[in-house]
Amino acid sequence: MGSITLNNVSKVFGAHTVIPSIDLNIEEGEFVVFVGPSGCGKSTLLRLIAGLEDVSGGKIVIDGKDATELAPAKRRLSMVFQSYALYPHMSVRSNIAFPLKMAGEDASVIDKKVADAARVLNLTDYLDRKPRQLSGGQRQRVAIGRAIVRQPVAFLFDEPLSNLDAALRVNMRLEISQLHQQLKTTMVYVTHDQVEAMTMADKIVVLNRGNVEQVGSPLDLYHHPDNLFVAGFIGSPKMNIITGDIAKGYGAHTIGVRPEHLDLSTSAGAWRGTVGVAEHLGSDTFLHVAVDKVGTMTARVGGDFPVRHGDQVYLSPQEGRVHRFDETGLAIR
Amino acid sequence: MATLHTRSAARAMMAPSVLLLLAWMIVPLAMTIYFSFLRYNLLMPGMEEWAGFSNYRYFLTDPAFFQALFNTLAIVVGVLLITVIGGIALAILLDQPMFGQGIVRILVIAPFLIMPTVAALVWKNMFMNPVNGLFAHLAKAVGLQPYDFLNNAPLMSIIVIVAWQWLPFATLILLTALQSLDEEQKEAAQMDGAGAWSRFIYLTLPHLSRAITVVILIQTIFLLSVFAEILVTTNGGPGTQSTNLTFLVYAQALLQFDVGGASAGGIIAVILANIVAFFLMRMIGKTLEA
Ligand SMILES: Nc1ncnc2c1ncn2[C@@H]1O[C@H](COP(=O)(O)OP(=O)(O)OP(=O)(O)O)[C@@H](O)[C@H]1O
Ligand SMILES: [Mg+2]
Repeated sequence: MGSITLNNVSKVFGAHTVIPSIDLNIEEGEFVVFVGPSGCGKSTLLRLIAGLEDVSGGKIVIDGKDATELAPAKRRLSMVFQSYALYPHMSVRSNIAFPLKMAGEDASVIDKKVADAARVLNLTDYLDRKPRQLSGGQRQRVAIGRAIVRQPVAFLFDEPLSNLDAALRVNMRLEISQLHQQLKTTMVYVTHDQVEAMTMADKIVVLNRGNVEQVGSPLDLYHHPDNLFVAGFIGSPKMNIITGDIAKGYGAHTIGVRPEHLDLSTSAGAWRGTVGVAEHLGSDTFLHVAVDKVGTMTARVGGDFPVRHGDQVYLSPQEGRVHRFDETGLAIR
Repeated sequence: MATLHTRSAARAMMAPSVLLLLAWMIVPLAMTIYFSFLRYNLLMPGMEEWAGFSNYRYFLTDPAFFQALFNTLAIVVGVLLITVIGGIALAILLDQPMFGQGIVRILVIAPFLIMPTVAALVWKNMFMNPVNGLFAHLAKAVGLQPYDFLNNAPLMSIIVIVAWQWLPFATLILLTALQSLDEEQKEAAQMDGAGAWSRFIYLTLPHLSRAITVVILIQTIFLLSVFAEILVTTNGGPGTQSTNLTFLVYAQALLQFDVGGASAGGIIAVILANIVAFFLMRMIGKTLEA
C-alpha cells in the first residue's frame, strides 16, 4: 500500500522537453519532498503522478499496479492544490463530503467521516461556512480535510503553504507533519522552500531542469551533496563556492564551504577579508566578507560577533567540512 | 473619497444628468397616462374627451387581451428555455479546444448581428415557407407533406425565430462565465472522482448561476416587447394566435387608430412588465447578491 514508482518517466509539452527521464522510488509511508528552482518541473512531475497530465513515455506504478493509463480518480490519490481549489458555492461540510458523495457512500457514513476529519483538523465550528468566509489557514485545512476523507494511498501536495503568511506557515508545517505521523500515509510534497523540505521530509528529491540531481534524507543532502547544484541549493545561507588556486590546494576543481563551517577570528586564520555587511540577528551573526583573491563569502557565527563594516577578519574552514568537486561539478569523495 | 464635501460635490455634478433622465422618462409616461384616460381616435381629430377608465375596461375585457397576455408570457418562457439550455450546451461545446475555433465562434455570434426584421424574413421566406422553404424541401425529400409552420404553429415559429436571434447572446455570456471557471477546481473534482456529468452539475452549473441570471433578466426585458418578428411574419395571426401585448397595442393604435385604447394597453403592459420584474427579482435576483 502506498508505494509509488516512476520508471523512465518523461514529459514533453509540444517541442519543449520538461522532464527528460526520471526514475524514482517512493516507499510506503514515506514523506517525500520535491524541491528545485522555479520552473524545474516539480508541479509537472506531481501532476504526472496524479494523472492530471499524460506521460510522454515511461511507466508509473502506484501501489504495485501499473497506473500509467489510469484516470486520476482511479489512482486513489488525493491532491492539495496551491490555490486550495475548494468548491466556492459549497459549504465546508459539502466540500469535505464531496469525494465521498462521488464514491457513492451512505449519508450516515459520510457524516461520520466528515465529522472525524473536521475534528482532526479543528474545523468543527466552521462546517456550515462557505470557503470565502474562512481564513487562508482554515481554507488550507478544508483542502486537507477533503483529501484525507477518501483514505487515499498517497497524498500529493503542490506548494500548499505558499499562500500563507510566515507564522501560519510554520504552524501548518507542523500540522502536516503531525498528520503524517498520525495517518502514516505516503505523502509527496512539492515546495521551493528548503526549510519546509529539510524539516518535513523523510526523503528529499532535488530536481533541476527536469532531472533528479540527488535523492536522500535531508541531512544526507546537507552533509554529502552529490554535486555543486545540490550543494548550492540545500542550506541557507548558500554554501560558499571557491575555485582556482585555493581549490587546487585541496586537490579539487571547486570547493564549497558552508557559512556555518567557517571559523572566524579577528587575529589569524586561513583567508583574510574585509567585512562588507554584518547582519546581527541576536542568535546568529551573518557576515558578508570580501575575501582577498576569492570574492564575497558568507560566514555564520553563533551569538554575537562584534565586528562592523570595514573591519578585518580571518576565515578558516573547519576540518573535514570542505566539500570538493571536480570540473563537471560532481563531488569527489 | 466619501467625505461630506466630495459627496455633495458629486451630487451637484450628477444633478443635470439625473434631471435629464427623469424628464426623458417622465414626459412620455405622463403623456401616455394622460392619453389613456381620453377618448382619442385618430379618425375623429379634435373630438378628444375625458373617458375615465373606459379605455382600460375595453382593453382588459377584449378577448384578444388574454390571448396576447398568454402569448407574451409563452414567448418569454419559451425563448428563455431554448436560449438558456441551448446556450449552456453551445458554450460548453465552444469551450472545448477544436479546429477552427475562432471562425466557429464568429459564426455562432452572427445571428445576433442580424436585424430582427431581416432575420424574421429570412426564416419566413427561406426556411418556413411551405412551397420554397428549406424545411418544405427537406420534408418533400423524405416523402412528407410540407408543414406550413407560420400558419399552423405561428406562436411556436415565432418562439423559434426569436430564440435563434438570442441564442448567441446567451452563448456569449455563458461562454465567458465558463472560461472563468478555475482550472484547478475542475482538476480537484476530477481527483475527487467526479465524472463529466457530476462536474457539470456540482461545479459548472453553480458557477454559471450568476451568468444565467443575467441572461434571464436581460432577455426578459427585451422578450416582453417582441414586435418586428411578429409584424413581418404572421402579423399577429392567424386571428390573434401570435399577437402579444406589444403587437396588440400597435394594432389598437395604428390599425384601429384608437390612441386612447392603445395608451391604456401600453400602461397595462408597463404594469405587467413590472409584475414580471418583481417576481423575477424575488426568484433569481438573490444570486446576484454576494
Ligand atoms: N501546459 C504546459 N504547456 C507547456 N509548457 C508547460 C506547461 N506546464 C508547464 N510547462 C513548462 O514546464 C516547465 C516546468 O513547469 P512546472 O510548473 O512543473 O514548474 P515548477 O517546478 O512547478 O515551478 P514553480 O516552482 O514555479 O511552481 C516550465 O518551464 C513550464 O513553462
Ligand atoms: Mg509549481
